[in-house]
Amino acid sequence: MSNTEAKEVPYKPTSPNSKLDFASVWEYDPAPQDSDFAEVKEQYNLFIDGKFVKPSKGRYFKSTNPATEEVITEFAEATQKDVDKAVKAARKAFEGEWSRISAKERGKYIYRIARMIQERAREFAVLESMDGGKPIRESRDVDIPLVAAYFFYYAGWADKLEYAFPGKKPEPLGVCGQIIPWNFPMLMLAWKIAPALATGNTVVLKPAETTSLTALKFAEVIKDCGLPNGVVNIVTGAGQTGAEIVNHKDVDKIAFTGSTKVGKLIQSSLAGTDKKYTLELGGKGAMMIFEDAPINQAVEGIINAIYFNQGHVCCAGSRLLVQEGIADKVIQKLKDRLATLIVGDPLDKNTDVGAINSKEQFETVNKYLELGVEEGADIYQAKCEIPENGYFIKPTLFTNVSQSNRVVQEEIFGPVLTVQTFRTADEGIEKANNTPYGLANGVWTDKGSKIFKVGSKMRSGVIWANTYNKFDPTSPFGGYKESGVGREGGMHGLAAYIKN
Amino acid sequence: MTYPDFNQTVPIDEIGVNERVARLNSRSIKKSSKIQALKLALSMIDHTTLEGSDSPGKVRQLCKKAKQPYPAIPDLPTVAAVCVYPRLVGIAKKELKGTDVHVASVATSFPSGQFPLSNRLDDTRFAVSEGADEIDMVISRGAFLNGEFSLVFDEIAAVKEACGDAHLKVILETGELQTLENVRKASDLAMHAGADFIKTSTGKVSPAATQPVTLVMLEAIRDYYYDTDKMIGMKPAGGIRTAKQAIQYLVLVKETLGAAWLNKNYFRFGASSLTNDILMQIVKQETGQYQSLNYFSND
Repeated sequence: MSNTEAKEVPYKPTSPNSKLDFASVWEYDPAPQDSDFAEVKEQYNLFIDGKFVKPSKGRYFKSTNPATEEVITEFAEATQKDVDKAVKAARKAFEGEWSRISAKERGKYIYRIARMIQERAREFAVLESMDGGKPIRESRDVDIPLVAAYFFYYAGWADKLEYAFPGKKPEPLGVCGQIIPWNFPMLMLAWKIAPALATGNTVVLKPAETTSLTALKFAEVIKDCGLPNGVVNIVTGAGQTGAEIVNHKDVDKIAFTGSTKVGKLIQSSLAGTDKKYTLELGGKGAMMIFEDAPINQAVEGIINAIYFNQGHVCCAGSRLLVQEGIADKVIQKLKDRLATLIVGDPLDKNTDVGAINSKEQFETVNKYLELGVEEGADIYQAKCEIPENGYFIKPTLFTNVSQSNRVVQEEIFGPVLTVQTFRTADEGIEKANNTPYGLANGVWTDKGSKIFKVGSKMRSGVIWANTYNKFDPTSPFGGYKESGVGREGGMHGLAAYIKN
Repeated sequence: MTYPDFNQTVPIDEIGVNERVARLNSRSIKKSSKIQALKLALSMIDHTTLEGSDSPGKVRQLCKKAKQPYPAIPDLPTVAAVCVYPRLVGIAKKELKGTDVHVASVATSFPSGQFPLSNRLDDTRFAVSEGADEIDMVISRGAFLNGEFSLVFDEIAAVKEACGDAHLKVILETGELQTLENVRKASDLAMHAGADFIKTSTGKVSPAATQPVTLVMLEAIRDYYYDTDKMIGMKPAGGIRTAKQAIQYLVLVKETLGAAWLNKNYFRFGASSLTNDILMQIVKQETGQYQSLNYFSND
């Protein structure tokens, strides 16, 4: 802005009747994160028994960058033969070297993994954003620091398991098959691998087919840190590869994070076997905002609850329940806040909302946007520009919806928030609980007593109060009802990996 | 117009405020957006001297710097205003004649405000009669903390009346109010009582301006705007010394209130040493290298 322009503005404040205008006189220039240093190979193989090996049938599948739709690399497709090889390697390691190592030494390996991830944090963050579309601000400030934190936390438990389970001699389960989703590739890997190793198990892990890159970078860390061969094996592939792991007879435990639909399939194929399992499935989190809430901070909390990671969060706060007296105010503030969300290049440091993870998910979310409108809801989308290429969806609000709308009932797994109102706490709680899911809910009020009163009646594994989407390695996480079985994180997370 | 019940408290969640500030601080401002921000910040400065030792000579130097911050780069904006004690308003006014740099004066027994209201109104009128375009008043923090909200309200209204056409900036002295909820309440009170600007601090109390306090005040301004359609200005003062800090404040304004507030009519920095750091950064952006502070006048 030049001095002459400043002069032209009348000094006396005028009162424009328009709402807040964020089409700014001052725009941020692109601030791209340097990504050249992060090496991506043309092709990645399977990581079995401490070595990178070609898949038995020699088949590979392509992986695209969802922000550009360009192919960035290709991953090996693991067949039944490959999975069997990985399970055998894991079994051999479990019965061999890994079981002879003292708990203290085991802990040292996990500490080493944690430190090596910290050392390569920026590389992991960049690759996570390239492969999965999440903003670098999140992969850099949330995902990767949490990954290191989970490994550090569980490293500490390795030689203190008797204190976690007093009066018991904690014994590992054996070979753990772990299947993880595409929304937090590295973080879900850490949630699975860290407690499994701390308790002395060995692992066959399958990352999601759209986001396998960082898991294979992690395999490099495993190699470099000198972990005995076969303790951690990483096999890539789609649903069929996952099924081979689930159905392998020499696997002792299945840990799965993903959709409720696939979770049910897994549960039915495990019925009648002696495999242990934990399932972390979908959600449709409700956020109750009371009249006495700190509203400006609540609005910010709602934004973080639903637009964090493009809404690809199983515990996302995708249903807003706002007390009637403040509904108009909250909706107005949300609309103005949407205008300042920066949607675009995941590798730009200022991006708030990145790309939808895959074409398939992009189509799913768009289907729900159409469905919402068809069912009579009012749609409001951020007035932002989105890139021509790539899978981008504008942050969206649905108002004028009711409990029976499909956009209210079903998990969309995208940047889409529905807004309903309630009059009394009981009505709000009833709406919050009126869902097959029960993973996470939030409550916003200035009254501590109300937090406990309302929170204790909400049926979900996690209740956040005056905040949302906060994670910590010491805190257990998991679902009620169709949101899952078992807990991950904290001491509870250890229990899922030892014999009863 | 209806006034809120000032005995009620608008809840503010301090953790949430701090998180929002931290998130906004992670904005990466580079290249031309940085240069633009630096020039914008320069144009918003209330170049200030508020010392017992201030003399006409000191104020004249200050005014010269305000008019021409760095003559070696000719197209730089001037600062918004100089801010002085009432006795020096006349000197500043004369020195700044013919420019659009405003003269702001502190008044109302600045910085404590602990004098009878009649004195405070008198010094306000004196400053206005000497030619002050803007008055920076202090509220009675003792009375506020004692719960005498109507008294504080009435005093602000009285000072507003004494200001006449001069613009009124109301200093809350947030460092003495302690809690963010008090900051919010004092902001609401000042806006309803007639403030054109709300301002954090005198600069005589630590802590002076902070980003969380500024965010809470900006949100109060936004809520007031939603309710009344009136735009109130914001002035953080004290403790803002670096260009980097100034840009962080601009990000708070941009993403809380939007484009309409991003000019000197609605946003000011109360600062004395900020000007030179901004100039140094502008020269760095123009020439590619940092100059020693010795190259910039200390006025």
